[in-house]
Formats: sequence, structure tokens, C-alpha cells
Amino acid sequence: MNKQKFALQTALVALAVAGVSVPATADAPGAGGTQALGPETGEQVYRQICQACHMADGKGASGAGTFPALAENPRLASPVYPIIVVTRGKGGMPWFSNALSPAKVAAVITYVRTHFGNHFTTPVTEADVKKFGSPAPVIDH
Amino acid sequence: MDDINAPTRRQLFETIGKAGGLVALYQSMTALGHAAETQFHGPPVLSGAKKGATVVVLGAGLAGMLAAYELAKAGYKVQILEYQTRAGGRNYTLRGGDSHTEIDGTTQQVGFAPGNYLNPGPWRIPHHHRTLLHYCKALGVALEPFIQLNHNAYIHNTDALGGKPIRYKELATDFKGHISELLGKSLNQGALDDKVTAEDKERLIDALRNWGVLDKKLSYASSLKVSGQRGYDVPPGGGVTGAPTASQIDSLHDVLDSKVWNTMSFYFTYVMQTTMFQPVGGIDMIGKAFAREVGQMITYNARVSKIAQNDQGVEITYADNSTGIVGTVKADWCVCTIPLSVLGQLDVQVSDAKVAAIKAVPYSGMVKTGLEFKRRFWEEDESIYGGHSFTDQPISLISYPNFDFFKKSPAVLLGAFASGAAGYQFAGMTPEQRIEAALAQGEKIHPQYRQEFMNGTSVAWSRVPWTLGCCAQWSEDARKQHYQNLVSMDGRVVLAGEHASYYGCWMEGAMLSSIDAITRLHKRALEA
Repeated sequence: MNKQKFALQTALVALAVAGVSVPATADAPGAGGTQALGPETGEQVYRQICQACHMADGKGASGAGTFPALAENPRLASPVYPIIVVTRGKGGMPWFSNALSPAKVAAVITYVRTHFGNHFTTPVTEADVKKFGSPAPVIDH
Repeated sequence: MDDINAPTRRQLFETIGKAGGLVALYQSMTALGHAAETQFHGPPVLSGAKKGATVVVLGAGLAGMLAAYELAKAGYKVQILEYQTRAGGRNYTLRGGDSHTEIDGTTQQVGFAPGNYLNPGPWRIPHHHRTLLHYCKALGVALEPFIQLNHNAYIHNTDALGGKPIRYKELATDFKGHISELLGKSLNQGALDDKVTAEDKERLIDALRNWGVLDKKLSYASSLKVSGQRGYDVPPGGGVTGAPTASQIDSLHDVLDSKVWNTMSFYFTYVMQTTMFQPVGGIDMIGKAFAREVGQMITYNARVSKIAQNDQGVEITYADNSTGIVGTVKADWCVCTIPLSVLGQLDVQVSDAKVAAIKAVPYSGMVKTGLEFKRRFWEEDESIYGGHSFTDQPISLISYPNFDFFKKSPAVLLGAFASGAAGYQFAGMTPEQRIEAALAQGEKIHPQYRQEFMNGTSVAWSRVPWTLGCCAQWSEDARKQHYQNLVSMDGRVVLAGEHASYYGCWMEGAMLSSIDAITRLHKRALEA
């Protein structure tokens, strides 16, 4: 796998697409809601996207299935794992490599790794995300 | 056909229908240019199940209940396990007195007046969704029009036309007018002579003059004729002051700012074209109709943890949600309609390829917010009856009730349908914050909002405990790599639901998937 090529594609796609797109054939609202939300910092990205499922306190939640806790999570010790999950998605979790630039992916992972009882203080960089991340898949119409 | 002895088209179809059955009739109609708009060829004709053959269905949504309904008719003994305390799945309606709880325990009480409701999930039915329409008719679900396209609703764009909402008919008329002028003048100046023949050029200029409402010089300009489409400053009246006055068109620049073509294009989408329908009284009338047929087969409150199988049959392990008591169900076959977002976390004995497919499809996270107002100000003050106003704000749209027009009592509109990034933003809010955001954004379009607001409720699909998301979101790569593995019959287990279709996020997809799954299951069962 050519990581550099993928990293470039990731950056380009992130520039081109403002939100997580929905297939044209789905029952979606239409063309509205395109106004930029503008999360900039890692914390803003967490509040505006991640906490929808992982909850405001990072502890996740359980019903018929589980949203895993990010709080006190040893799997965040290596930055590579969250970079892969955020850019590629995992199970029911979508990819965010179209909605978030590599810099914002780096910022939010750095935020999570240093909050919610996590103490992995080495910042994750944009270069790390470009190196280990994946480009956004194309939605099937 | 002048020959009076020649059969009419209808007679011909009837003859073919009697001779070759429904499929032959359908194929003949398709060949003659009719009916090529659905893969539904009638309900499955299953019969002659082996004596004592059993099926366990996981999930009492539309896919699961359709499977149970048709398999029971074919002679199978069917049992359904359902996680919730009600049937219907995402086919679901919230009314006054209902409460609903998110995955973190946050509970909302719905305060709507009697007769008002919010359809948090599916809400509209395209005229070509023949499977769903068939079962609505067969099960006695009354349908009414879903207005969808309303020329008098608004387009609102924060950065266009001073942030003022503008009627769709004004912007759409101006958009096609300006485009027609540019194209007509280009043609007239010979700029496209290498693209069109002289004859077509003349016809096209005529068409643009008519379609774009252009004047003699092929210009798009304010006039009573143009107002005949976009609306008047003073509309035609009677008597002494009856003469109308023309409205002023918006400039090309302003019209481009509004991005009205997005909405025009939306209404051209296959699944968004009129005529559309909704069940009278709420979308859950469909789920309730199925539950009348198969309700006695359902075990509620059953949280499935394991799907095991061998060459003798399947064994499902589940726990009762309230007592925690673990039970098992054995059957010959299993139709599993559990959403992949949940199924991917269970212990499922299927091939590695199917496990990979189950885990390859992420779920979207839309949010709907219903707002109840003291009166129908959108009708009374603004002549908007059903349909949608669109905005570029995160709420995406305001959708007006398509029933009880003119009624003098509180009414509920859809005050937010947030998807994509906006969907996550809304889902991350508390219910109170969602209402406040919907009001703050909605009042940019309807200043009456604060004065008339009574109460509201919101459903964030990312936080719905029984789906952990809204709909399966296939990527092109996942579709290529995993789709066939997902839908294939695996030993004694077959999956069904909107996720196992090319009609994701529609009830039609869930039902077509279910028909295909049980047809294959029945064939396999007869061969076994």
C-alpha cells in the first residue's frame, strides 16, 4: 500500500468535502445543512462529532450493542490505532477522513489521548495522520 | 390500433397474465415500456413447507415481520425475537404520552397534543415503492399524499440575499430564466453552431423563450408574464383594483448565491419525485398492521447474544432485558434482521467472509426534531401547506405537516433533519440544546417561532439503543468486496434488512431484501 499516495488523497478529499455524505438514493434531507460547522480545536471536534456516540464524558454507552469508552483506554497508547479507526471507520463507526482534515484528526486524537483519564502526552501530528491514515471511501450510490 | 379486432394493450396483458403468471406479465409490460421502475414482482408465492419446519426471525421490524408473515403462510412454524417492547423497528412514530430513552439513559417525554406526531425514521413513500404499497394495501393501511414539492415554501441560505428566506418558485423561475437567457443569446450569436444543427438551434431558441419566459430579445426581465410563474407584487384581483403588478426578478448573481439548483435537483431525484405518500396517523401504522398479523409470534424484550448453527439447525441465545433470564430458541432456519451495527458485536457462527461483511458497513447518524406550535402560522400567515423549506443551516430543512390543513389547533412540524456532520453535532447535544438549536435556526425562516412554540422532542439515531445508528452506509469498495457475502445464505442463516439491499435507508429496501431472503430460504429448505 502506497501510504504517501493515500495521504495525499486524504488531504485532497478533506479539502473537497465539507461533511459526511449520504448516498443520493437514501432518504436524506436534501442539499441543506451544508453551512460549515467549523470545529477547529481537538476539543471542538470531539464535542461536535465524537461525543454523539462516545458521550460527553468519553465513557461510551451500551444498549443492544456498545459504543466503546475512550476514557482510560489503553488501546490509545499507540497513536496508530486511533488514526486508523478515525480515518477508516470500524464496524458501525463511519470513517471521518472526508469530514476532517488530517490536522483535525491529529488534534482530536491528541485531545482524547490527554483527557478522559488518558495520559498519553506525546502529541499526534498531521504527518502521523497522513502516514498511517486512509483516504475516505467513495459512497456507493 | 384501428382494427377493431386487434386486442387492446390491456386485453393483451390480461391474456399474458393468465397464461404465464405475474412474472411473465411483468416482463411483457417492461418490454412495452411499462413498469420498469421496481424489482417487485408481487408477493412471494411460497407454499408447501415441510411438515413441522421451523424458522426463528431476529428482529420485528418490517423485514422481520414480512418474513414471518409470508413464511407462516407457507406453513412454517415461526418465532420472532425482538429487543424492544414494541414491534416495527425503525418504522416508528412518537405521539403525546410516549417516552423514549437514549443509549446513555437520557429520557424524553413527548408532550404533543392528540393527533400530532413525529416520524423519527421513515416518513415518506415514493410512488414506485411497489412492495411497500402492496403490503399497505393488503394489510389495510390507509395512505394520504405526502406533499413533498411545495413551490411556495422557502429557500434560505445564510449568505444569500441578505439571509432572507425566498420562495422556491421565485428562485427556481429566476434560475431557469437567467440560464435560458444566457443559452438563448449564445445560440443566437452562433457560439454553439458547431454543437447544434440549424434546425435544432431554432427549435431550442423557441423552447428557451417559452421555458425561461424570455422576452422578444431573449432577455429574462421582470414582467407580468414572468410574474405568472414567480408570483406578483400585487396579485390579480377583482373589480376596481383588480390589476396585478409584476414582481422584480432577482439578479443572476443573487440566484447563484441561493444555490436553488440544489433543491431543484433534489426534486428530480428518483426517490424524491412526486407522487409520494404517508400513512394516515403516522408511519408506524405499517408496523402495527404487520404486528396484527404476526404479533402472537413475537417474544419482546429479547436481547440476542449468540447465533449458533450446525447441519441440524440453529440455536439462538438471548436474555430478557428486564429479568436478565437467559433463554434459547432452536429452529431449522434463521432470518436475521438485526442491524449490522449491533450484529457485528454479537457471537455469530457464520463464515469468516460473512463476519467480515457484517463488520464492513458503517451506519449514518441522522437527527430529527419535532416542534409543536400553538397554531399553523406557516399556513395562516404564509400559505405553506405541506412540503419543505430548505436552509443551509445544520437543521437542513423545515418540513410542514401534510394533513389536518386549516385546523385550528396545535400542530407539529419537523424542525430539524440533520445529517452528516450536522447530524453528529445535533446528536451530541442534550434534548434541550437540540430544541434550542432548532428554534434559533428555524426562526431565521419563520420569525413566529418563539411566539408560537409549545414543546418538542428529538431522536438522534446515533443514540438509539437498539440500532446504534440510522442506516447502513455502503462504500463502493465495501459493496464490491462484501455485498454478496452479506446476502448469501450461510448454512441455515440468512440476513435481511435495508442493509442487505441496494435500497439502503428505505422501507422498500428492507422488504425487497426480506422477500429475496425468504425465497432462497424456502428453496433451500425444500431441497434439504
